[in-house]
Amino acid sequence: MVFLDFEKPLESLYEQLDKIKQVAEQGDVDVSATIQEIENKIKAKKKEIYTNLTGWQRVQLSRHPERPYTLYYISQICKKFIELHGDRNIGDDKAIVGGLAKINGDTLMIIGHQKGINTKMRQYRNFGMANPEGYRKALRLMKMAEKFGFPIVCFIDTPGAYPGIEAEERGQAEAIARNLFEMVKLRVPVICYIIGEGASGGALGIGVGDRVFMLENSWYSVISPENCSTILWRTWDYKEQAAEALKLTADHMLEFGLIDEIVKEPLGGAHTDPETMAKALKKHIKKELTALIEMTPEERISARIEKYSNMGHFTARPPETEIEPTVQEES
Amino acid sequence: MGWFKRLKEGIQTATKFKKETPDGLWHQCTKCKETSTYKEFKENYFKCIKCGHHERIGSHDYFDLIYDGKYDELFDDLISTDFLKFTDLTSYDERIEKAHRKTGLWDAISVASGKVNKKPLVTAAMDFSFIGGSMGSVVGEKIARSVDVCLRERSPLLIISKSGGARMMESAFSLMQMAKTSVKLTQLADAKIPYFSLMTDPTTGGVTASFAMLGDINFSEPNALIGFAGPRVIKETIKKDLPEGFQSAEYLLEHGFLDFIIDRSQLKERLVELMDFFG
Ligand SMILES: [Zn+2]
Repeated sequence: MVFLDFEKPLESLYEQLDKIKQVAEQGDVDVSATIQEIENKIKAKKKEIYTNLTGWQRVQLSRHPERPYTLYYISQICKKFIELHGDRNIGDDKAIVGGLAKINGDTLMIIGHQKGINTKMRQYRNFGMANPEGYRKALRLMKMAEKFGFPIVCFIDTPGAYPGIEAEERGQAEAIARNLFEMVKLRVPVICYIIGEGASGGALGIGVGDRVFMLENSWYSVISPENCSTILWRTWDYKEQAAEALKLTADHMLEFGLIDEIVKEPLGGAHTDPETMAKALKKHIKKELTALIEMTPEERISARIEKYSNMGHFTARPPETEIEPTVQEES
Repeated sequence: MGWFKRLKEGIQTATKFKKETPDGLWHQCTKCKETSTYKEFKENYFKCIKCGHHERIGSHDYFDLIYDGKYDELFDDLISTDFLKFTDLTSYDERIEKAHRKTGLWDAISVASGKVNKKPLVTAAMDFSFIGGSMGSVVGEKIARSVDVCLRERSPLLIISKSGGARMMESAFSLMQMAKTSVKLTQLADAKIPYFSLMTDPTTGGVTASFAMLGDINFSEPNALIGFAGPRVIKETIKKDLPEGFQSAEYLLEHGFLDFIIDRSQLKERLVELMDFFG
């Protein structure tokens, strides 16, 4: 088990539990009462730790090395899945996966960011940071889904689109912009889940849909807390403050009306009980798609346009006010 | 207290602010350091008289270059609110107030409507001097409303981008402006109204990755920096030096992301041609 810094009090409890269990295996001493006692302590401690997590702690949980990723959920949710590769142009991006899936006899297109499960795979998946061909593969699959009337499910989990020379050369910005533009107009239902990290345009690039949901311990922001800290405080050290200032948690996003619902995770995070998490997701997907299929494509598209057009906070100053500024103190 | 309220309680006059630099002053090229009189520089479309370097200019400078004389400014009553109460070393509220006092602008984009060679054109132009030309809710809303005007009047849309990207201090709201502006552009596309996207130095981040790259015609001024990630971030990520001319307008043209590059002195003429082609 991997314990994050704020989970350290749990680590010693689990150690105690392991020791007692070893004792139980060796001898015939009845330790069940002690085990029960420690398990209760763990339960209470967990409750204490995981209710009232800070923004930064949620970020840490979203990056937990044991956290389930897109391909895990697909394997649990779908009876059948065939991964489809390539953007038909440059190559096959490993940081975004997608393919045809069956849930309860219905065909879906599932697309998502994919991170690696060990050091080698993390490199192979480029840490979930897609290049333009990843976004273009995603769009190719979405267009195919639209053609054949398959609903689309997107799983978002990225620290950002990859900032590299080839990415720029091949038009990272154009690829993301194109997806935003095209996803609005898709005639099939599109639902998106932030399952881990939702950083910036790299997340939004497969994140425009009829409904957008966040897992309880995921985050969504215009920039990662570390990068925000670097730019505004000029050092990484203020990432906790940046995480608070950015108001990037699922609770905030729901309060702001920028997402539709939060999907609860098992206490302690999705990684503590991935199967339960996958079951909850499957149930949620079925419920949401059933509702969306009732609408016509035109209704869905105009509702999407309406929803995104209304996002933003601004005000109008009274028309008669003209205020002379104090000019040009600096360039 | 909100920034706007604070401003109102400060100096208040009815004078319309207009940035004017006396013609007698000198301009020094930020690239080759050549000096010229401000008058010469301005008459040369704010380009260096020696090396032709296109200096960064403001939204109203572009309006003056493009329109046949007068134009109407639209939606300039919209101002930002510090909805998230965002505070880093300074509060967002104070940042906007300071930006306003420095520039006389209300946000990082201004919208104008007027005639270009007797034909209507709506132009939304960004100002880098206002918090790095960053895109927040006001930028998104002004673009959205510009699209509505274009739909109503069947006027083409020109957006002149000049931005460091999304405005961090509005967090997810600024991120969603990428979706919002792109969504609105689909309405323009469905109505078959042309959208011209002029990218000027610099156009990066969330602005490039949304409306700036979605023009029917994507074009740029010479040597403008255009990209998704900033050069510093890329350099730090790959730990290598960047190739010569990387992310310049010429580089983007070469890699297929621009239709053409236009010298600022020919901007109006080119717009007139385009508007004529599209009818
Ligand atoms: Zn020069």
